[in-house]
Amino acid sequence: MNRKTRLALFAAGAAVLAGVFAIAFAGLPPLGNYRGPYGQMVNALVVPERNVTDAVTAVNFDIRGFDTLGEEFILFISVMGAALLLRRQSDESDREHADHADDREVAAPSDAMRAAGMLLTAPTLLFGIYIVLHGQLTPGGGFQGGVILASGALLVYLVGEFGNFRAAVPRAVVHAMEAIGAGVYPAVGLATLAAGGAFLQNILPLGARGSILSGGTIPIINAGVALEVCGGITLVLIVYLEETLEQKEE
Amino acid sequence: MSHFPYGVAAWLFLVGLYGIVTSRNLVHLVISLAVLQSSTYILLLGVGYRTGAVAPIFATIPPSTPAVDPVVQALVLTDIVVEVTVVALILALVVQVHKRHGTIDPDELRKLRD
Repeated sequence: MNRKTRLALFAAGAAVLAGVFAIAFAGLPPLGNYRGPYGQMVNALVVPERNVTDAVTAVNFDIRGFDTLGEEFILFISVMGAALLLRRQSDESDREHADHADDREVAAPSDAMRAAGMLLTAPTLLFGIYIVLHGQLTPGGGFQGGVILASGALLVYLVGEFGNFRAAVPRAVVHAMEAIGAGVYPAVGLATLAAGGAFLQNILPLGARGSILSGGTIPIINAGVALEVCGGITLVLIVYLEETLEQKEE
Repeated sequence: MSHFPYGVAAWLFLVGLYGIVTSRNLVHLVISLAVLQSSTYILLLGVGYRTGAVAPIFATIPPSTPAVDPVVQALVLTDIVVEVTVVALILALVVQVHKRHGTIDPDELRKLRD
């Protein structure tokens, strides 16, 4: 199929879609008239029944826990796939890298960037841990906190040489984080089964409202997801950096 | 104006699709896919919105305060994180394509196949 036929097909499809959208818009209730029962039910139940104050985290790790388990493994498998695709293959040991001109050195990070990076790394990691720990209380949780923690690793790369980054963020540790994080979630589910509850049923004591340990199984799953997301995103970062920067090292 | 967010979602969907259809570069194609997918965030958050309601965080407000739907927000949350890694996976595929064929223009790749 050449470009013209493809564009013509797109134009025809888009026209039909625009028509369907127009019909759908005409029948929509105006924005802000949400009438779905589940959201209101969840909002009414999370505080009295789960002792957590962030309804979104309660939905993710408790009420819809089984779905989030699946989503976590989509993430796990995508990261594995990326690592697998970018692994060093036997037939490409002497391949050419063209990420910079041959007659020029790669510029070292500027002093401003080094200073900013060094100042930001510790607060970023601390902020990430804070976001993870307060997942069931205020906006945040394992997914968001894990990404913030992984951006700490990116800062380490930005301020230094790739060698330092490798030393500061060892691949074995990242692999372990990802694997343990991915394992925690199903382990909690199986533990609740073994204890006589349903899979992922929140059977632990709910703790005091507003405390970091409140919410029963939610903080445990939350921490596992944080490990998994942080390990996964950092691993993606490592495999991409190794793909482009191997030559710089050699 | 009351359907404006849904219109934005539809527009993002179509713009992303147009980018995919007309792409001459696989990296551009993957980013177009990400743009297309971001329409789902707007749609989901738009569906869950209630006029005058607050965010579904009850740390400092009584639980009876009207709040927007937390279910769609939870969906968007996992959607975003999963999308990032899926984009990383597809970009890894693009790197492999470039290694094997020396081009990331979809039309050139089709010529190679024929």
